[in-house]
Amino acid sequence: MKLKKKIPLIDQGNRFGFWGGKFGGNFVPETLKKPIEDLEILFNKLKRDKKFIAERDRYFKNWIGAPTRFIKLENLTQHIGGAQIWSKVVSDANGGAHKIYNATVHCLLAKRSGKKIICGDTGAGYAGKMLSMAAKKFGLKCKIFMGAKDIERQQPNVKAIKKNDAEVIPVYSGSQTLVDAVSECMRFWVANCDTTAMCVGSTVGPAIFVRICGWSTSQISRELKVQLIEEFGSIPKKLKLYNCVGGGSSSFGFWNEFMDYDKKQCEFIGVEAGGPAKSKKHAAPLTYGSKIGILHGAAQYVNQNLEGQIEETESISAGLDYPGISPLHCFLKDTKRARYTAASDEEALNAYKLVTKYEKLRPSLEPSHAFSVAIKESKKMSKNTIVVVNSCGDAYKDKKILMKRLGKKYV
Amino acid sequence: MFNPIDLAFQKAKKENRPALLTYTVAGDSSKNQSLIILNAISKYADILELGVPHNTPVADGSQIQTSSYRAIKNGIKMEDIFWIVKKYKKNKNSKPIILMGYYNMIFQYGERKFLEKCKKVGVSGLIVVDLPWPENKSFTKKCKKKSIYLIQLLSPTTSKERLNKIIKDSHAMNYFISMLSTTGGKLKVSPRKIMSNYLKIKKINPKKNVVIGFGITEKSIKSLKKADGLVVGSAICKEISVSIQKSQNPVTNVANLVKKLKNKIL
Repeated sequence: MKLKKKIPLIDQGNRFGFWGGKFGGNFVPETLKKPIEDLEILFNKLKRDKKFIAERDRYFKNWIGAPTRFIKLENLTQHIGGAQIWSKVVSDANGGAHKIYNATVHCLLAKRSGKKIICGDTGAGYAGKMLSMAAKKFGLKCKIFMGAKDIERQQPNVKAIKKNDAEVIPVYSGSQTLVDAVSECMRFWVANCDTTAMCVGSTVGPAIFVRICGWSTSQISRELKVQLIEEFGSIPKKLKLYNCVGGGSSSFGFWNEFMDYDKKQCEFIGVEAGGPAKSKKHAAPLTYGSKIGILHGAAQYVNQNLEGQIEETESISAGLDYPGISPLHCFLKDTKRARYTAASDEEALNAYKLVTKYEKLRPSLEPSHAFSVAIKESKKMSKNTIVVVNSCGDAYKDKKILMKRLGKKYV
Repeated sequence: MFNPIDLAFQKAKKENRPALLTYTVAGDSSKNQSLIILNAISKYADILELGVPHNTPVADGSQIQTSSYRAIKNGIKMEDIFWIVKKYKKNKNSKPIILMGYYNMIFQYGERKFLEKCKKVGVSGLIVVDLPWPENKSFTKKCKKKSIYLIQLLSPTTSKERLNKIIKDSHAMNYFISMLSTTGGKLKVSPRKIMSNYLKIKKINPKKNVVIGFGITEKSIKSLKKADGLVVGSAICKEISVSIQKSQNPVTNVANLVKKLKNKIL
């Protein structure tokens, strides 16, 4: 299994949509074959269309607010006393997280295909919030599927979704989290694919959704590359890119432009959700060596029992609380291009405390996982090492959890 | 290849009616009870589909989901499902069994081992909801070697060209999904429209049996009786759920329902 150079990773799958011959694919009911094929044709055409790219870039710049900041965390760097710690503040983006890129592109595609309704899943509520924003912007009706447990713990985003006139459909089946929301959203699409477009909220699902999402979030690394060159004159000799990994959309987007660099120069570190320190449950299939299985239309490493039933996950972070992982990351793991590890709930909370103590930055619980590992590893690194953490979401949505776990001071 | 599924269709044709196919979830509400239900409905149904419950079923509506979660909660395992089939096939009035489920369950069990086991216990056909054509080509061949039918699903969204190719590669039975829906949806298309789509499929290869499923209930079954076979699933799963709720015996209630369904198509 090998990565190819000079070909975007999203286009390295085989004709059945498998990366490395075994990750991804299209394990979908027959009814979805046609809409998926239609979407593939449309996307393959448009991603080569200069006018479409210009349109995308215009929305990214004027509406989303590209580029997001790239800042040095001076105080934190000084406090840690190792590598230089920087952050790409993707939470600057309109709506407060990276999910806006994928949502915008899906709405642009939906418009082109003549669909009037768009449906999407959400865990932390960001994918739903952004899809509702984009749908409103582009005049599409919007339905958001969200686990009942997530609705409870991510209220600020739920309110935002409703404010954008989108319908929030609570999902009560299974663990009542992201995995069930994605299933229910796919079911809705099965029944309504003639009138409705579907947006999968991360680099998961049937291959076309992995590709569209990866293509969209790659905006993050396109910006970062320019910013690094502006700041350092060239891509630093020792660059380490830390990102949390749930489905894997922000991390893939954060790394994509650096794919062809040698990993000795530019290392990718993905941080999964290890769950509560005392619990056996986690959302870290790559770190803990989960077996390959099929979830939501794609072959991937996934938490499951011996029989093949998908296992329930547990994490303080709704956005990382997913038993599977993008086929792209499975491929990056097996080719050893990226390294994956996990942070526990407690470690993420401690990182949040530390970052907010030293910096004017409030990473949500998802990037707090990445900060945790970045801080720990930075201590042992030389001063000329450039550590960049993608702060891909803002903690406003987590205020209820932060209040409960850390007290008023941290909200 | 010889397959008892063909005989079931022949028998129904002789009686000038469509074959009646039922769907129940293995292990719903328990291992033993699902076996008893199969035995009880054998008298009326021609082919029995037995669902392999999975906990992230992307094509199933709420009724089958409820049945599946109930079976999983009660601890049903793959080996139990094979046990149910094996026991059932000892019944001298047994009908052909089709296992229906999602690919991950087969993938984890191992394709080869799974098919060997199916053959051994007497499974006649398989429906793998999320392994469509052409991805299922190699699995289809493996099934054929064991004389097990892999039943291809066809949908209103399947293009003409694709229909031709799928039917060419298919075994002697195919399954037409009546409308854009998960299982158990309300019939939102007129029976006339469904039958006209069905006939288009039938024309491609009249020798291959085509059954219609999704949204078929006691109310609608009669209007589709020109088909080779009709599948009722969610309505039966619902009957089990309702019986449990009312503390009634699911076995008698389900048997009565299947009997009524049969009478509608005679």
